[in-house]
Amino acid sequence: MNPSEIHERLTSTFGAAVVDAKLDAAQPWIQIAPDKIDQVCQFLAREDDLAFDYLMCLSGVDYNNGTLGVVYHLSSIRHRHKIVLKASCAKDAPHVASVSLIWGTADWHEREAFDLMGIIFDGHPDLRRILLPADWEGHPLRKDYKVQEFYNGMRVPY
Amino acid sequence: MPETRILPTEYVTDPNLRVTSSGKTIRSEEMIINMGPQHPSTHGVLRLELVLDGEIVMDVIPHIGYLHRCFEKHAEHMTNYQQVIPYADRMDYLASMNNDWAYALAVERLMKIEVPERVEYIRIIMAELQRIASHLVALGTFGIDMGAFTPFLWMFRDREKILDLFEMTCGARLLYNYVWVGGVSHDLPSQFVDQAKAFCRYLKPKIKEYNDLLTYNEIFVRRTANVGVLPADVAINYACSGPMLRGSGVNWDLRRDDPYSLYHTLEWEVQVGKGEVGTVGDCWDRFIVKVREMEESLRIIEQALDRLPEGNVQSAIPKRIRPEAGEIYVRTETPRGELGFYIISDGTASPSRVKARGPAFVNLSVISEISKGAMIADLVAIVGSIDIVLGEVDR
Repeated sequence: MNPSEIHERLTSTFGAAVVDAKLDAAQPWIQIAPDKIDQVCQFLAREDDLAFDYLMCLSGVDYNNGTLGVVYHLSSIRHRHKIVLKASCAKDAPHVASVSLIWGTADWHEREAFDLMGIIFDGHPDLRRILLPADWEGHPLRKDYKVQEFYNGMRVPY
Repeated sequence: MPETRILPTEYVTDPNLRVTSSGKTIRSEEMIINMGPQHPSTHGVLRLELVLDGEIVMDVIPHIGYLHRCFEKHAEHMTNYQQVIPYADRMDYLASMNNDWAYALAVERLMKIEVPERVEYIRIIMAELQRIASHLVALGTFGIDMGAFTPFLWMFRDREKILDLFEMTCGARLLYNYVWVGGVSHDLPSQFVDQAKAFCRYLKPKIKEYNDLLTYNEIFVRRTANVGVLPADVAINYACSGPMLRGSGVNWDLRRDDPYSLYHTLEWEVQVGKGEVGTVGDCWDRFIVKVREMEESLRIIEQALDRLPEGNVQSAIPKRIRPEAGEIYVRTETPRGELGFYIISDGTASPSRVKARGPAFVNLSVISEISKGAMIADLVAIVGSIDIVLGEVDR
């Protein structure tokens, strides 16, 4: 199925939850409302003609304009098609619905995006830091991140 | 004087009370034990929190991040795209060539650079040599996990010859910084083709020796068959890739299914696990897939060496790397599976965001799914068969 057909399926099913799309990009993407992303993904994963069974990558992004984003690179091993989904949220209220119950791989990816980018995935069963220590302050991949001066009595900036 | 009193009823119905074969009532509890972070069988600094019922693993909670070096933050702070490559080298330090290539390919696609044919073949040769070298480490250390020391020494002896080829080409033996955006750092030295062909002739009979010594060894088969079975649907749901996915019988290889470079012009086959000695997707299947992939890699290398055209390996290297604003996700097949780079460019000389999707990170996340109910000794086999490199898990 090509990207514009996928886009059409999503708009006819979810209407206003499909916020934006760029289908002529090198890798076409569709923007979804952050609180509906789990339902859209569920639909993409379960429908027989879509069957997006393989979540290649899930990345947190800081767009440096007060918004954070989550980018989902999906592919289907069965049908060999791909699509990119995006969801964005405000930096001061960074909430995006979790897709970890749809694809097991999203569990660690979402924990990583939470850890490094500070995005809160609503509905994630075990959202805690994964790469940094549990008592670390701040989220380093944010563009306005300031490293803490001391961590447990040790000087951090070198 | 010991206290004598009637036990409250909730104590009698305590689920932790067990009746032994001699009729005695004993109390047993689940126990939490740390395996690692400093433990030889975790292949690096990985801590597994085990919930145990005696010898049986009830749950595994992996704790990672001990080697976290902020690769993605560093990449954003470089003054140009080329400077990220040495950092990419250090992610999966057993497969640096493949990492370099994945990153360089992503930038090349972003800038729409076509590289000369000679460069493509050199990269294929290097990547496949690296795949063999990486698999030799994986198989050898897995043998050690199972108590077989000799195959490890044999495999390291043979890996040494690959490192010699790399050293001859670019001077480095582990972290090469060899594949650059648009080309490679050095052309092949004049004696490289002959020595690489000699190496291919040398390694083929050695693979049979490994099989005789280790792969079909009765003890080894008993330790690995039917252990840590990863069903195909779970493997796909957890986005496992590489030998881990193919070991579960899924015929999927990015070199063929999401083609890049010139792999589609070469003759080779994708190897999958078939459950020959146990169940499809067990530790032995993941092992045999790697052994057979080495043979396929040798086929690819021989064809590429024969076809290697003349040319300038640096002609396509851009003087200034400044991609237009845009984004791209490029995935390649490294020894461990799908290595993807998601790069966002804002039109400046350094990337705005680089996300590395490492295969070992993703493959490791399935561990608690496949090791529940296993014995502790089998958990060692499972961790070994996943073939993790913590440098890439933690980035």
